[in-house]
Formats: sequence, structure tokens, C-alpha cells
Amino acid sequence: MSSSKVIHALYDDDDVLLKAVKSIKDEKHHIEEVYTPFPVHGLDKVLGLAETRIAIMSFIYGCIGFTVAVTMINYIMIQDWPQNIGGKPSFSFLENMPAFVPVMFEMTVFFAAHLMVITFYMRSKLWPFKEAENPNPLTTDDKFLVEVAVAENEKELTALLKKTGAIDVALIDKDH
Amino acid sequence: MYTFPNRLKVLFLVFMLLGAAGLVAGFLSAPHTVAEAQAMVADAHHGEGHNANHEATTAHANDHGTTAQDEAHHEGNEHDSVEHEDSHGEHLLHQLQNKPWAALYVAAFFFMMIALGTLAFYAIQRAAQAGWSILLYRVMEGITAYLFPGTIIVFVLLVLSGMHFNHLFIWMDPEVVAHDKIIQGKVAYLNVPFFLARAAFYILGWNFYRYLSRKYSLAQDQANDISNHKKNFRWSAGFLVFFIVTESMMSWDWIMSIDPHWFSTLFGWYVFASMFVTGITVIAMITIYLKSKGYLPEVNDSHIHDLGKFMFGVSVFWTYLWFSQFMLIWYSNIPEEVTYFITRIEDYNLPFFGMLVMNFIFPLLVLMNSDYKRNNYIIIGVGIVVILGHYMDIFNMIMPSAVGDQWFIGLSEIGGFLFFMGLFLWVVFGALSKAPLVAKGDPYMGESERYHY
Repeated sequence: MSSSKVIHALYDDDDVLLKAVKSIKDEKHHIEEVYTPFPVHGLDKVLGLAETRIAIMSFIYGCIGFTVAVTMINYIMIQDWPQNIGGKPSFSFLENMPAFVPVMFEMTVFFAAHLMVITFYMRSKLWPFKEAENPNPLTTDDKFLVEVAVAENEKELTALLKKTGAIDVALIDKDH
Repeated sequence: MYTFPNRLKVLFLVFMLLGAAGLVAGFLSAPHTVAEAQAMVADAHHGEGHNANHEATTAHANDHGTTAQDEAHHEGNEHDSVEHEDSHGEHLLHQLQNKPWAALYVAAFFFMMIALGTLAFYAIQRAAQAGWSILLYRVMEGITAYLFPGTIIVFVLLVLSGMHFNHLFIWMDPEVVAHDKIIQGKVAYLNVPFFLARAAFYILGWNFYRYLSRKYSLAQDQANDISNHKKNFRWSAGFLVFFIVTESMMSWDWIMSIDPHWFSTLFGWYVFASMFVTGITVIAMITIYLKSKGYLPEVNDSHIHDLGKFMFGVSVFWTYLWFSQFMLIWYSNIPEEVTYFITRIEDYNLPFFGMLVMNFIFPLLVLMNSDYKRNNYIIIGVGIVVILGHYMDIFNMIMPSAVGDQWFIGLSEIGGFLFFMGLFLWVVFGALSKAPLVAKGDPYMGESERYHY
């Protein structure tokens, strides 16, 4: 038997799923992946996934957006084509700053939000025309699927999964 | 049950005594005559001399020609240069006489506002049937216990202003109104009897809700059903409607009318954001203090995290309103509006911009990190800065119109802050010791105990 064999256990409740994942982990089985129709609160902690670093990226992207806004508006409104803003012809960036705050805010948010989404897609290996990875279309509806690696312990594992409340347990050979 | 330790009582009493001493010293050192006032200013400028100072004051008055006091005195006197000089001396005298009163008023209002902001936060939790915050209800009820003494003190100060003990509200002076067309147009609203009647109405309404909700909250501890909880829910929803209208009007009456020519349509929201963030900060700080003394064992770092999120969010909300008010007025540059900010930027540069750093940039950068919001030391540290920053906010709202450029943080300001801080903490900790620290009868108690982010 090769290690490409996995067991797919199907659950129909997120609380049952959370408890099942906990007990599968306790029995030292390796969970390859969990497919859920919506984000399950606390699942990442139970699975032992590393904490997300997207917040750090979001901060960096925001800083980039802020810098772009300041550079851009300074060039457009002050240097390249000096403008008399609100009847105050000071032609200085700092003195006209209040008028630019909405732009700086919007660009910060724009950069943070869009780059964060793009980062998320890239890290999740999602791009246009990508084929769906979820093995069971039910996981896009109302079922939860846990994929556990099998290594000579098929029967024991099946029994465990049944005990944790799986509504369906199937052995899948990924090579085929 | 929490017992109010004697050591704290002594500490708060010391705050109050020191504060009272500072206030008395401030009142005693206020000048009685024009000559005294001019001598004080001349001293302060280290012999710059009366002439130089007089020129500066004249320039200042011209810059802000719409300030009602200036206008009132100018219109009568400006043809005679001798009298003109006298009018400036008199103006200066009024400013210096106002100073201890304004310091007292700022501090009294500030601590009253903390209790009021907490009451609004409490009513929102009740009306939203929030599950996470039940463990903090008794802390909030403790803080809102100060609402009654706090509002009474503010009301007494307003009555004293109405009886012409001070010149904080210049529209109360018939002499000023007689020479001021703009105030004449507002007399139907801005007159002393109606003003005090409105104040009494707001104060009665707020205290009535606070009395009822406390009563039902305590009754719920012993009850077998949740009828008290339901009553509290209904009264809270009703109170929020009453509150947002009266709070807005209160901010026009008690703060904006100090500058009766100027108005801002989002002023009520702006003051609300200030009291809301200060109230939440005080809830967080008192909770952390009680926890550090071994009380409130069920409060976990997720509760603190949520309070930290509120501190962060409402600080940003406050900045949004501050900037919305500032930018529109700055951009349009209409003389009668923009004088408000010119006074603050020219004469109050450090408190005006310092407050922005304390209330926006500092909490923004420090509380952005999720882990920092669960750290008690960081919440306490940011809390102290935010509280002082919002004191400066109220200071900036009231002082420029009351004392003009004659401000400094002196005995009466520090004294006023210390006195009301001592009184506030005395009342709050006294109220905390009067009821169990956990509202154990609340139907959502279990949810709050298990709460985790």
C-alpha cells in the first residue's frame, strides 16, 4: 500500500466536526486537509495551523498605499501643476495637507484591501481557470469533509471516524 | 463583594484636598481690577511692557473680530482711544477672572461625561442583548453612579453662571446681547430660564434611566424569571433614543454656546465620541484594576481584548468626526466659522495638535496589534494617555472662548482635575462595594463567562 491512500470522512455539523478533528489529532493521525462550506471558528487552532501573517502584510500594504498617495498627490497638486487649493495659494504640501487626507486614507485602504486579497489568492494557489480541488461537491453546500492519510491502519481509522460522528467514510486512492 | 479599602479612601481624599486647594488658590489669585489683570500679564511677559502687550492684544482682537466680547466692547467704545484701551483691560480682566471658573467647569464636565459615556455604552450592551459584557455590568454601573453627583455639580455651575457669578456664557450677559445682533437672533433659544430648564430635563432623564436600570439589574440577581432583564432591555432601548437627542442638545448648550456665534452641525456626535471613548477606557482600567486585586476572576483576556478594540475603534471614530469638522471649515474658509480654528491653532497650538497625537496617532499605532489589546499594561498605558488627551479635547472646546490666549495649565486646572478625579473615584469605588461584582442573575451570564475570542 502506498501513502497516496486517504480516507474521506463526511460530517454534517460544524460542532461535531470540531470535536472529531480534535479526537483524530489526539490519536496522532495525520489530517491532510479539511473542506468546509464556510469558515469554521476555531478550526485553525484545532488543526494546529500556524497563525496567519496576513495582518502584517496588510500593515505593510497600507504603508505602501499611504506613501504612494503622498508621493502622487505631491507631484500632481504641488510640483507638476501647482494649484490654489480652497483659496489658499500656499503651494506647500504641508499647508494643504487637510485637503489631501481623504485621498491618503482611501489609497491606504485601497492598497491594503486589494493587495491583501491578491496575496490571499496567491497563497491559496487560486487563479482564474483553476480546477476545483475539493473532492466532494457537497462541501460547497452543507457538508464538511476531513481527509486523513492512511498508513496500514485503515480499519482502526475507519472505526475512529465512525465513532466521531462521521455520516460517511470512504477510502480513496489518489493515484487513480 | 468588593470592600472599598481605607488606603484607597485616603488616597482619593488626598486627591480631593489637593485639588480643592489648587482650585481655591486659583480663585484667590484671580485679579479683581483691571490694573491687577494688566500687572499679571505684564509680569508673565517678563517686562515686555504694556505697550507691546497692548499691540498684541489689539492685533489679536482684529484677527478674531467676530468674538462677541470684542464686538460688544468695540461697538460702544472704539471712537475713544482712551476708553478703547480700558475696554481691552476689561476684556483681559474678564478672561483672567474666567480662568479658574473655566478650569472648574472643564474638569466637572469631563468627569460627568465619563459617567454619561459609560451609561450610553451600558445601555447599548443592554439594548443589543450583548452576551460578552455581562461580567462588566457591575463595573459599568459603578462608574455610572457618578452620573448623579456629576450632573448636579455641572447644573450648579450652570446656575451660578446664570446668576452672573462668572462670564463663561457671554450670551447670559444682557449688556453683551444688547450690542450683538447675532445673539439677539438666538435669544428665543439661548436665554437663562429655558437653558436651565433644558439642563434639568436632560439631567432628570439620564438619572431616571440610570436609577431604573440599576434597580432592575440588582433585582435580576434574586429573580427566578427574566422579567427584570426584559424591562431593562426595553428601558435601555428607549433611553438610547432619548440620549442621542439630549446629548446632542446638551453639547450645544453646555459647550457650543460658550462661543455663541460659531456653530457646527456635527458637534453633538463629536462630543459623544469623546465621552464614549473615555467611558470605555475607564471601564477597561477599573476592570483591570479589580482583576489585579483578585476580583472578577471570570474576566479573561478576551473581555479586555474587546474593550481594547472599542478603545481603538472609537478613537478612530473620534478622529473621523474631529477631522470632518475641521476640514470643511478649513476648506471653505468662511470668516465667522474659521475663527474658531484660527484661535485654536494660533493660541492653543500645542494642546490642539498634541491632543491629536494623544487621541489618534498614539492609540492607532499601539492598539493596532491584536496581541497588545490583550496586554493589561498596554491597555492601562494607552488608557492614561487617552483620558488625558480627551481632557485636553474638552479643554480646547471651552478655554479658547472663555479665556482667550490667557491660558496655561496652572493650579486651578490641575486642581480641578485632581479634585474631580478624587470625587469620581470615591463615588465609583463606593458604588462598586455596594453590590456583588458579578450580575449573577443575568440570563447571558454563562455566555459571558465562556466568552473567548
